[in-house]
Amino acid sequence: MKKLTGLLLGVAIAGLTATSSFAADTIKIAFIDPLSGPFASTGKQGLSQYKFAADELVNKKGGVLGKEFEIVAFDNKISPKESLIQLQVAIDQGIRFIAQGNSSGVANALTDAIKKHNKRNPDNRVLFLNYSAVDPALTNDKCNFWHFRFDANADIKMDALTDIIAANEDVKKVYLIGQDYSFGKAVAAAAVKMLGEKRPDIEIVGNELHPIGKVKDFTPYARKIMSSGADAMITGNWGADMVGLGKSVIAAGYENPIYTYYAAADGITKTLGEDGKGKVKLVGEGQLNPPPNDRADAYAKAFKAKYPDTDIGQPRIANVIEMLAKAIDQAGSDTDMVAIGKALEGMEHESLWGTTVYMRPQDHQAIQNVHILSHTNDGVAHDYDNSGYGLLVESTVEMASADAPTTCKMDRPE
Amino acid sequence: MSLLAVNLLDGLVTGLLLFMLCSGLTLIFSMMGVLNFAHASFYMLGAYFAYQISTYVGFWPGLIIAPLAVGLAGAAIERYGLRRVHQYGHVPELIFTFGLALLIEELVQFFWGKSHMAYYEPEILNFTAFSIAGNSFPAYKVFMIFVAIGIFLVLLYILTRTRIGLIIQAALSYPNTVQNLGHNVPLVFMGVFGVGTAMAGLAGVIAGPVLGTFPGMAVLLGSIVFVTIVIGGLGSLWGALIASLLIGWMQTFAASYNVTMTDILLAIGIDKPVDLSDNPLRDLWTLTLPQIGPILPYLLMVLVLVIRPRGLLGKRET
Repeated sequence: MKKLTGLLLGVAIAGLTATSSFAADTIKIAFIDPLSGPFASTGKQGLSQYKFAADELVNKKGGVLGKEFEIVAFDNKISPKESLIQLQVAIDQGIRFIAQGNSSGVANALTDAIKKHNKRNPDNRVLFLNYSAVDPALTNDKCNFWHFRFDANADIKMDALTDIIAANEDVKKVYLIGQDYSFGKAVAAAAVKMLGEKRPDIEIVGNELHPIGKVKDFTPYARKIMSSGADAMITGNWGADMVGLGKSVIAAGYENPIYTYYAAADGITKTLGEDGKGKVKLVGEGQLNPPPNDRADAYAKAFKAKYPDTDIGQPRIANVIEMLAKAIDQAGSDTDMVAIGKALEGMEHESLWGTTVYMRPQDHQAIQNVHILSHTNDGVAHDYDNSGYGLLVESTVEMASADAPTTCKMDRPE
Repeated sequence: MSLLAVNLLDGLVTGLLLFMLCSGLTLIFSMMGVLNFAHASFYMLGAYFAYQISTYVGFWPGLIIAPLAVGLAGAAIERYGLRRVHQYGHVPELIFTFGLALLIEELVQFFWGKSHMAYYEPEILNFTAFSIAGNSFPAYKVFMIFVAIGIFLVLLYILTRTRIGLIIQAALSYPNTVQNLGHNVPLVFMGVFGVGTAMAGLAGVIAGPVLGTFPGMAVLLGSIVFVTIVIGGLGSLWGALIASLLIGWMQTFAASYNVTMTDILLAIGIDKPVDLSDNPLRDLWTLTLPQIGPILPYLLMVLVLVIRPRGLLGKRET
């Protein structure tokens, strides 16, 4: 027994020293997103996925350049101002990779700040891994070399979505509703433009923005949607605003499809439940159901085993981690951001989720398969919120918008 | 026209819900002079308690147990927290309730996490009561209206027709005199605080399934309840009712009608500039009523404070 204890102690000490030697030399990724307040659930879900992806896809395989990935969380309370403070704290801690996704307002502030920082501190540059903020401007007018977007942007998603709507002859009236900030406006503008091009006969019966995170009760909006006689509605809402809108609209008697960007996971799937079945559709990347391959299936199962209360709501996070690891490996350095950036741009990555992800060099926009997913409980292998309901791939646009134009004129560092 | 009727009903639901929160707060505020920042947090607690109870025994027992539990928690907090802080004056009380609000939010997140809870209306009320021109009105909302009106009548009866009500009424206006007459004012305080928080809890129980049960729900309603009691007048139940309904309708109608600032400005005879793209007043011209809806109650509060500082039906200058 004594011997065993001694052995265990020895192993424990060895383990401790091993981790501490690793801890001293890790590649740190700052995760700057809301971890408190109304949108905390989205932030927490993303953080779990980053931690899991880093462990599973990089650290368990021996890390990159002999180092492990470490995710360091910063709470930005979804405020651009707070984010800039957290960015500074992260940089002061020597962190060189910044991951952020929730809210394009925050992403816009961060991309400007990082561009400025990199110009002023060429020896201490940082890279911005945008995994969710989908304001098209970030890879168009506001693009810069340090910003990489791994999600399909709002225009790409809208392109895929309007393809589907245009193909449905029954749709004559569309209602647009969104949160009053850059992303909500981008969704509305893209919908008006693309529906106008693809199906000029479709009437936009409503186009409105509501205050973000401030609406207590969506019933009045639901009434307007009902009285407009819409055959379909499109919303970019997320978090509590998505739940509130979805519940109110369905309670008001709406029976037609609700096309959304973010109506899944974080309690949204469970809350919509049976009411949303066949009505709530989602446009996005990442295929969980049916599982595209055994590896994705195993990954999703392992994630659920480790984080039973969270879901893979943002599958692209696995791509962020894998592509970053690959780029660091190719660059042969975890501090030379120019080399890492150049390795990332133009990279073609075979994603876990059964698609190729191509990081377009001219604007740093990831091009990948985009799906229309349906909220249902039929044929769902990986559900959300442990509710039995999940997202099933309904149709797919291969390498969506691969040749879409961009206004990006990128300044590349030497 | 039919939309008008639907909006009137929707506004009534919103207003009555607000009233259930405000009625307790206005009594607490006027009686104890405590601006209870944590009031909306008790509303959130009510929703979470009821959700937890509903996972074991269904919705209906939760409707009774959850408000009682919240009321007891409220009374205990008054007895062992607020009362001790009370002797140091109003500022520490304010800080105490502010801290309490943060604490409750953190506790809720600790126990239930940050996601939405799957808290639904009971199966038996999950049908459409009636429709007006294709707009269905859920039975659950009819139920909400009746609960809120019932609560109002009970409170009104207690306050105006019973001995306890008499003492509370007296303590509202002359707390020191009531104490000098030999009534146990601290006990009255505790009772009012307990009942007030229980009402907030009840509001949470019935609002949780409709407005969503999530950690941000207290923050969403937090500021508007103060606005309502200031407009209604401190300590006035009728004032709280009128102000709640006013705000409920105001917000519903503001969100429902897409009146733009352009319409209004043109109507009062101001010409629209030809090129808006770099006009300094561009934002003003493109504003719509739904966008400014959320600030209307605050504007109304400012107006009321300017014209009638004691509120619509308030009796005491503060």
